[in-house]
Amino acid sequence: MTAPRKDYVRPIDFKRGVVDMSHGSGGRAMAQLIDELFLAAFDNRWLREMNDQARLPMPQGRLVVATDSHVVTPLFFPGGDIGCLSVHGTVNDVAMAGAKPLYLTAGFILEEGFPLADLKRIVESMAKAAVEAGVPIVTGDTKVVEKGKGDGVFINTTGVGVVAEGIEVSGDRARPGDAILVSGTLGDHGVAIMSLRENLTFETTIRSDTASLHTLVAAMIDAVPTVHCLRDPTRGGLATTLNEIARQSGCGMRLEEARIPVRPEVAAACEFLGLDPLYVANEGKLVAICAPDDADRLLAAMRAHPQGRDAAVIGEVVEDAHHFVQMRTGFGGSRMVDWLAGEQLPRIC
Amino acid sequence: MKYVDEFRDGELARTIAARIAQAADPGRTYHFMEFCGGHTHAISRYGVKDLLPPNVVMVHGPGCPVCVLPIGRIDMAIELALGGHSLPSPLGEGSGVRVNNITLCTYADTVRVPASNGLSLLKAKAQGADIRMVYSAADALRIAQEEPEREVVFFAIGFETTTPPTALVVREAARMGLANFSVFVNHVLTPSAIAHILESPEVRELGTVVIDGFVGPAHVSTIIGSQPYEYFAGEYRKPVVIAGFEPLDVMQAIEMLVRQVNDGRACVENEFSRAVTREGNAKAKSLVADVFELRRAFEWRGLGLVPYSALRLKDAWAAWDAERKFGLRDRRVPDNKACECGAILRGVKKPVDCKVFGTACTPETPMGSCMVSSEGACAAHYTYGRYRSAA
Repeated sequence: MTAPRKDYVRPIDFKRGVVDMSHGSGGRAMAQLIDELFLAAFDNRWLREMNDQARLPMPQGRLVVATDSHVVTPLFFPGGDIGCLSVHGTVNDVAMAGAKPLYLTAGFILEEGFPLADLKRIVESMAKAAVEAGVPIVTGDTKVVEKGKGDGVFINTTGVGVVAEGIEVSGDRARPGDAILVSGTLGDHGVAIMSLRENLTFETTIRSDTASLHTLVAAMIDAVPTVHCLRDPTRGGLATTLNEIARQSGCGMRLEEARIPVRPEVAAACEFLGLDPLYVANEGKLVAICAPDDADRLLAAMRAHPQGRDAAVIGEVVEDAHHFVQMRTGFGGSRMVDWLAGEQLPRIC
Repeated sequence: MKYVDEFRDGELARTIAARIAQAADPGRTYHFMEFCGGHTHAISRYGVKDLLPPNVVMVHGPGCPVCVLPIGRIDMAIELALGGHSLPSPLGEGSGVRVNNITLCTYADTVRVPASNGLSLLKAKAQGADIRMVYSAADALRIAQEEPEREVVFFAIGFETTTPPTALVVREAARMGLANFSVFVNHVLTPSAIAHILESPEVRELGTVVIDGFVGPAHVSTIIGSQPYEYFAGEYRKPVVIAGFEPLDVMQAIEMLVRQVNDGRACVENEFSRAVTREGNAKAKSLVADVFELRRAFEWRGLGLVPYSALRLKDAWAAWDAERKFGLRDRRVPDNKACECGAILRGVKKPVDCKVFGTACTPETPMGSCMVSSEGACAAHYTYGRYRSAA
């Protein structure tokens, strides 16, 4: 008879297992989940220290911090999932200060009964996105809520980065005359998500554009260190982002509809859903505002980067006491591009 | 995008704009009512106004299905959806059976229309009512099949365009013997509303609303055809041009209307010939005739009680009629005093004539229905055009 192996723990069943309350209890089951899943996927020297915090060297320059909670439905969608999205979203929020993202933290809220196979897929997708971005996840947390009190999985990520002295990118720096640029086609993420929503299943080849944009930002800052504003038009789309900047900077904007890049498939999906692509979310695009003399150089730098191939100048900043964002329509008239009111709802007839 | 971009072409628009400017007699003003919210939306969204000469004026009509729904009908839906919950007065004591397993399925922007007591379907949902947004009547039917323990009620609203799909699900529910499904019918009729406007004192006697012609409905006309408008054109001497919902359709219809006025003609012309025939969709019409009958009168927001302007289920389909099934009682609730939706829906006032427009009443905090739907005159002006009136 052989003696039981010392320290043997039956591995987690990632095929058929589900999250249960013990995975968040602080006991052995939680330690095992951390070891076999999170640590295995995110592996780096800070996590290996097994502390409740990460001790990091102080970088040169100014610290940039951003946090974002991710609650997307469905969890998996064409072009990505909640895992990579939670890395991209926060990396981008840090990068939009003109900063270099350095570290991430991750907090998970799991719903009892959530399949471990799905959790593994999500965590591995997060790990891959973090490796691709070169931004390690250095500390984290897991909690479990009872069944019915969550929506599978919620992920909060916080990002820390550094921005060099002299780089002043901020939403309040748009000035009349400035050029407004976007890095590519708008609405891809939102339409990819909507194509899978309940009651709305339609076939599409559109994939989410979810991506980390910090290398594009670095190339842009390299070309034009004096770029005034950068922002990723996520929820609420381009329209919301431009209205935010107009209000922060105390100016108006004038856009040319014909210059705004939108994929025909996205335009078509929006058309039959009664939505406006300018209000649909993006997860891998940015808006840049710079002095008119820098616009050509900035556009060239964006187009030279794979994530900015479809970049375009779409309008200019103007003086306007009402802070209105206006647009010359492709049809030849003018209209406002207002804040989104409530949710985008489909038209009836 | 194929089959869409062609109808939004800026160059063609300029050509038609030039023709309108040339045809329009500078010695007079032309007032055309676009009946449909779909046209109102297109005019605002594409900036059609900027392409028209100043003496061609568009008057918004009542053809927005969400806008014309009176408060009383929404109160009824809310009461039904809240089921066992007790409602504060003046809704009063509930009527009929109190059930708390109601699932109310509704088209999307209906959920935001303000009702009595500061409620709306959206707020009722937050209070625990099971209210779900659907894209079609068929989705509601599917929910009833999938959740047999729920009493699924489809809140059917809209003009002739959305009526045939409702008729279809009623027939389908009957065929399947689906007892947990019913329809709260609020379907209204376009021709009755146009007649009501033309008969109103503002148009006939007071002359406060000048209408020289109508841009006729697009989608509605695909169902009912162009024939029903022939009566107005002849009887009231008002030209009608049926137009599609794309901005070039609207431009071309306006040109056709200007020419009819200039020639002293008043007939029905069909700009939307790619989709509309004189007879309309015979199959859809017979489906509707099989399932629905006329109501003696129905309340429209802004227009009041309009005779023979709405539909209800025939007795043969009573088992699927939510009003009969749950003993819902019709009620009339006056609009908020400060709200001018009524006058705006009749073309008597413009959104900016309303004191609460853009102040107390915005798309975030709508007081009236015209601020709710993107097809409503107030929402369209607020969202797309308020820079025009901002001094």
